[in-house]
Amino acid sequence: MSTTLIRAERPLFEGADWEFSTIQRCHDAIQQIAVEELGLNCYPNQIEVIGTEQMLDAYSSIGMPLFYKHWSFGKHFARNEAMYRTGMQGLAYEIVINSNPCISYIMEENTATMQALVIAHAAFGHNHFFKNNYLFQQWTDANGILDYLEFARGFVMQCEERYGEAQVERLLDAAHALMSHAVHRYPRRRTTDLRSEEKRERERRLHDEQVFNDLWRTVPGKETTRQDPTAEERRRSLLQLPQENILYFLEKTAPRLLPWQREILRIVRIIAQYFYPQSQTKLMNEGCATYVHYRIMNRLHEKGLINDGAMVEFLKSHTNVVFQPEFDDQRYSGINPYALGFAMMQDIERICKEPTAEDKIWFPAIAGSGDEMAVLRDIWANYRDESFILQYLSPRMVRHFGLFHVMDDANEPSLRVEAIHDERGYRKIKQALAKHYDVAYTAPDIQVVDVNLAGDRKLILHHRALNRVLLEEKNARMVLQHLADLWGYDVVLKEIDPANDSVLKEHAANPRAGIVPMNVP
Amino acid sequence: MHIVDRRLNPSGKNLANRQRFMRRAKSMIRKAVHESSGSRSIKDADEGGEVVLPAQGVQEPSFHRSATGGIRDHLLPGNKEYIPGDTIPRPQGGGGGRGSEGSPDGDGEDDFRFALSRDEFVDLFLEDLELPDLAKRKVVSAEAVTYHRAGYSVSGSPANLALNRTVRNSLSRRIALRRPKKDELDALQEAIEAFGDEEEHAEKRLALEEELRRKQRRTTLIPYIDPLDVRYKRFESIPKPVAQAVMFCLMDVSGSMTEHMKDLAKRFYVLLYIFLKRRYKNVDVVFIRHTHQASEVDEDTFFNSPETGGTVVSTALEEMQNVVAERYSPDNWNIYAAQASDGDNTASDNDRTARLLTETILPACQYYAYLEVGRDSEHFPPGFIRRDSDLWQTYTAIVRSGAPLAMRKVGHRRDIYPVFRELFAKKTGSEAATA
Repeated sequence: MSTTLIRAERPLFEGADWEFSTIQRCHDAIQQIAVEELGLNCYPNQIEVIGTEQMLDAYSSIGMPLFYKHWSFGKHFARNEAMYRTGMQGLAYEIVINSNPCISYIMEENTATMQALVIAHAAFGHNHFFKNNYLFQQWTDANGILDYLEFARGFVMQCEERYGEAQVERLLDAAHALMSHAVHRYPRRRTTDLRSEEKRERERRLHDEQVFNDLWRTVPGKETTRQDPTAEERRRSLLQLPQENILYFLEKTAPRLLPWQREILRIVRIIAQYFYPQSQTKLMNEGCATYVHYRIMNRLHEKGLINDGAMVEFLKSHTNVVFQPEFDDQRYSGINPYALGFAMMQDIERICKEPTAEDKIWFPAIAGSGDEMAVLRDIWANYRDESFILQYLSPRMVRHFGLFHVMDDANEPSLRVEAIHDERGYRKIKQALAKHYDVAYTAPDIQVVDVNLAGDRKLILHHRALNRVLLEEKNARMVLQHLADLWGYDVVLKEIDPANDSVLKEHAANPRAGIVPMNVP
Repeated sequence: MHIVDRRLNPSGKNLANRQRFMRRAKSMIRKAVHESSGSRSIKDADEGGEVVLPAQGVQEPSFHRSATGGIRDHLLPGNKEYIPGDTIPRPQGGGGGRGSEGSPDGDGEDDFRFALSRDEFVDLFLEDLELPDLAKRKVVSAEAVTYHRAGYSVSGSPANLALNRTVRNSLSRRIALRRPKKDELDALQEAIEAFGDEEEHAEKRLALEEELRRKQRRTTLIPYIDPLDVRYKRFESIPKPVAQAVMFCLMDVSGSMTEHMKDLAKRFYVLLYIFLKRRYKNVDVVFIRHTHQASEVDEDTFFNSPETGGTVVSTALEEMQNVVAERYSPDNWNIYAAQASDGDNTASDNDRTARLLTETILPACQYYAYLEVGRDSEHFPPGFIRRDSDLWQTYTAIVRSGAPLAMRKVGHRRDIYPVFRELFAKKTGSEAATA
């Protein structure tokens, strides 16, 4: 970075007050630093100023500006509102949406410094990450998401008018319960394009209407179904079994769902898929945004674009954000992604610029490379939390946080410390921590393994209970009930110990009438 | 970059979700409202407030791992003393700042506070209650009317001119009659001027001038706006049912009425007031207290100033009759009356009271509720038989004849609300008066 400084004549703003021209000036100054000095590549920005109620509103519908109606959003709104009003919880300074243009919401109550911070953090940090990270490129369609949400809202509303609110609510309840198991974890043939998704639905319905002929209903069906034992394998592969995307399986295969019900399952599934990358990149995303805002704010201060008062205000808020309480602290509630992410990004900058002997052994590829932004941009584009930690958690970081690894085996009377921040522990801790950020490890592995469509149509699912940790029973029972309601026939969930394939526990559910019509026995 | 100011966007975007949630959690909210209404003072009974809902009923389940059992590992920051191989006693109940990693959201959800607006609160508070005989018997002759838009008319006052419709009519008439447009005239004029005074174009010029004249004549003949085009917004008057009510509070304030009894009565009046307030735009309240003589007083005097004397109920009814005759004609007012008394009455007055009630008061009233308040200690379990008071006996006879009169006994504060609900539960009839 050049050391010749041209001090600005006057700062971008003085005091806490701001108006739209202040925002514009801040944005332009920040953009200059972000693009020219940090080399970020962002979607165009759209900054929206909102009030408290709108922020709460955005909270309750997972940050999205428009969403279909469901009681659970009302519940979240009521809870957040109560927490906010009683002062138990502050509101976020911003919400940013992975769309093109990238929409950032900023609160009207924020001071001018906070607005600058938020713009640097969200409108450039997160924005760059959204645009460049491979997971987002693979799984999300920033151009189409707002249109798709609009379509989803319209479609759900139409269904409510046509089939009644109660019907749609029951279906959405069931779909939401399965939402955590409604993602494809591995890329498929084509990338999602939400615009054509909407078009496809319209065309399919049109086609159905055109070829509709009531006579087909009166054609007598086949009396018997052929039983061919060799077809077993073929049948399973036709059904794409085993299948871990449960909603996808139901949408395609559930025998008694109506077309509009399948479409709603699809909507829920697609939205779940849209958020899938975010859950895998929380640490990196926040680390990236925090690092970017830290660099930008410091640079603004160096250039004389913000005054000392604003800088102190920024530092106070920044240190709050990256505070990591220790495990025996009352405030401890897990590892703070802002703290770890930011510290790791800074550590990488240090390794690039002033590597120690240790760094040269651990990170020969980047140590002393000098251009930390090129390294970071590459990391932001090509890693997710798990691989990022596995690759870049340096021994210095392990020492800095004093990380240690504790094993808790329910069969043992006490916990055992496996590894600490010493020579033998670095690698173990790195691997263990990386696993905690791996969805394949943290989310229970539940798959549809078999169904006999020609027989009793019982749906069989397996939960491969990693480390013999079972599902939380009450919840599992309720979700399974929802699943049975959607499927329309009996459902069994077996919890399997992957070590020896023995069944640890079995849950079963019978369908209730409500979503699909039931036969009267 | 765009900056969009969303602050002025319509608020209440979440209302639909909120209503859905309330419907979903209705039974729980209702229970919570009733519990909370017991603890709050009746004065602010119709204020909104917070209720606490248990989280279970509105759970959103999902598959997740249980917080116990199996082999699990934790990664924690802030090591100070541990070395590999150390054992740590298992913390009980997930305390000591650990264990939170194993329990994702949704499991340990606490109860949460849910704030209701005033309307929502009153709705739930008075849910399923219905004002008896709401249909005013003489509603047909009500004077009040409201005006509703009802199409267009060809006559009306200038203030109601329907500009859009008028111009539309004029436009279609002008098109139909081919009134020349200003552009056409201008074009002709220009063409004529372009020819100038030259000889060789004289003929063409004359033709054009002729055409221009013709068109100009046509323009003056066909007006831009003709009286035929004019339309007015039409309003239709619709008779409106009487939307005002008066509530008479009658109370015995003789020496035998204790503070406790007055308190019970007051609570009942307040409930009735909230209830009426919800149904009618205007609710007047008239307070009539009586001993051996009755007078209309203000609220403060009604409840607080002490009075002594005998008890003659008919005086209060007479006073009420006078007030009705003077200010609240039954034609225009829905009249509700609530009488609270300990049941005493001068024996010789009972006949007169009954006659007044059946002949003049009840026919004018929508509903007449009699509340017999007892001492706290006199709260008898149901089925316990004791001698009925004079007034109770008198009124029972009237109820048997099917008049719109309801009566209840109340001994304790906690009974007020149930009794009130009972009195106004939907489909109440005279049979409700069997306490």
